[in-house]
Amino acid sequence: MSERRPATAGSVEGPILSVRHLTTEFVPPKGTQGKAARALEDVSFDVMPSQTVGLVGESGCGKTTTLMSVMRLLPSTGRITSGQVNFKGKDLLAIDEREMRKVRWKEMAIVFQGAMNALNPVMKIGVQISEAIILHDMMDRDAAEKRVDQLLEMVGIPRTRRDQYPHQYSGGMRQRAMIAMALACSPDVLFADEPTTALDVMIQAQVLELLRDIQKALGLAIVLVTHDLGVVAEVCDSVVVMYGGKVAEYGSADQIYNHAQHPYTQRLLASFPDVNSPTTQLASIPGTPPRLTDLPGGCRFHPRCDVKLAKCSEVIPPLISISEDHYAACHLLCQGQEARF
Amino acid sequence: MRRNLLEFWRTFSRNKLGLLGGFLVLTAILAAVFAPALTPHQPTDVMRGANGRGLTFSPPSVHGPLGTDDAGRDIWTELIYGARVSLTVGFTAGFIAMFVGSLFGITAGYFGGWIDNLLMRVTDVLLVIPDLPLMLVLVATLRQMNLHVSPLLIIILVIGLLYWTSTARLIRSQVLTIKERQFVSRARAIGAGHGHIIRKHVLPQIMPLIVANTVLTISTAILVESGLAFLGLGDPTKPSWGTMLNFAFDRNAVTNGAWWFYLPPGLAIVWVSLGCILLGNVLEEMLNPRLTTHHLEGDENMIAIPAPGAK
Repeated sequence: MSERRPATAGSVEGPILSVRHLTTEFVPPKGTQGKAARALEDVSFDVMPSQTVGLVGESGCGKTTTLMSVMRLLPSTGRITSGQVNFKGKDLLAIDEREMRKVRWKEMAIVFQGAMNALNPVMKIGVQISEAIILHDMMDRDAAEKRVDQLLEMVGIPRTRRDQYPHQYSGGMRQRAMIAMALACSPDVLFADEPTTALDVMIQAQVLELLRDIQKALGLAIVLVTHDLGVVAEVCDSVVVMYGGKVAEYGSADQIYNHAQHPYTQRLLASFPDVNSPTTQLASIPGTPPRLTDLPGGCRFHPRCDVKLAKCSEVIPPLISISEDHYAACHLLCQGQEARF
Repeated sequence: MRRNLLEFWRTFSRNKLGLLGGFLVLTAILAAVFAPALTPHQPTDVMRGANGRGLTFSPPSVHGPLGTDDAGRDIWTELIYGARVSLTVGFTAGFIAMFVGSLFGITAGYFGGWIDNLLMRVTDVLLVIPDLPLMLVLVATLRQMNLHVSPLLIIILVIGLLYWTSTARLIRSQVLTIKERQFVSRARAIGAGHGHIIRKHVLPQIMPLIVANTVLTISTAILVESGLAFLGLGDPTKPSWGTMLNFAFDRNAVTNGAWWFYLPPGLAIVWVSLGCILLGNVLEEMLNPRLTTHHLEGDENMIAIPAPGAK
């Protein structure tokens, strides 16, 4: 893959993708009852070239919505109310749909959650992989075929299975095919939306390894959405911990794992099993994530927090800078200065 | 391409009912195409006996193979020439109906919103008006307007432009489920526009439905044409099977016991309709890739192959 820049070049550049104050709401369709749900509020993070960012949090905390907002693929009820998505010097929220279509896949691609559903069941795998290439007029049909072979080889699928349908593939192969598809137009940023869910542990490891190899070979930036902190520890450079549609903590993998500041991050880490002490009962966080139509005032985590202060239920904690590139939104951290976002 | 056709035929020929349906439809089409070769007479020729008198209401035993009608015309000749009219109307009207129905269904289902609302209300209006009276009125008034078009064309257009409603609803509902599938959002994520998504992702999914429904709509169109012709709205210069039935009842074939006059056209209608329905069901089964089984073939170690001849 000679058309890519070397993986090391990214260190001096600024972020390739920076999300700022992204706020997304889901409004109920006209004529139906119900309140608007604020799925994302004031979400900011950076993605550096050829690095992996993990988006973690419980179900419904806005991980997938963040990806879909950035790609502008929200369902018709979704609305981005404010914020910026700066990608290669342009604000993706400001350009029109026609231009956005050119950005999609060519510059940022996505590996969807659940590969079976994301593949068209009546289309051959090879055709689906070449679809984006032909759509973006990147090359003629013959070259596209060659490219498909090359992509399949890269993800470890024998060329002979190119003309098969998705139902003839195993779960792991489908996920590999999805990854091959995402790489078809050589994007700069790859979004992976829970790429390992519904796969068994062996295949999970294989898929993660594949992602890592591909990143090494192609030098692309990956945004990995997952609720598996083990996965994050294994592959991510930096981590965004989300709760109730807001960023709770944001820092490098080391900062998050070894110096977690936000009570939510601490509880989340404590609720994962430790190989070294297998006999202890797993800790859990009491309560459930907030309903997005009925968010609590102040800090969104305060109803479940065991170290909350009086003002936690009244004042929304700002994202505070703890050390370089490590931020958390909690009133307990009063000494830091507000984040530069 | 050749291999695909061969494979298609192999799957098709395994299905006995499909073969029967195909046989029924094919024989009717062949009879219509080669009508002049299948009979020495013209449909308007009057048969005469040895004494030179016209053979009216002659049973098949007197004049073969199917006897004659009240005017001494050969029923067999009328039947195969009538197939030309019935099948032409059935096929063209069926295709028009499917085209309009698919267009309405896909547009309404895919785009949704006010487009969906508008198109579906139009469909509703057409659905709630009773078909037969509406068609009678339309055909009768259009005929009187001296439009200088063949009465057959009027019938084709009226059937074609009225019988798409159920198809439109069927296809719309299918498109509604398909457009929410994740591979459609993947296609959007790829950067595909509406045209590409409809052509590459929606249409292939509903194609089996469209093809199967076309065949079924053709059979409906043939039945409706027969109904209209039976009620006297057919083209008397180009008698179809319905027109034959109309003549038979007008000329008291029933009271005269001339069963050979009204049974053949009736059975011919059943013949083609049944063929279309059997064919439609089998085609849907075959064209739907999710229902095919031939991918299991050729990989002998994966499935147990039953011994030849075993049921």
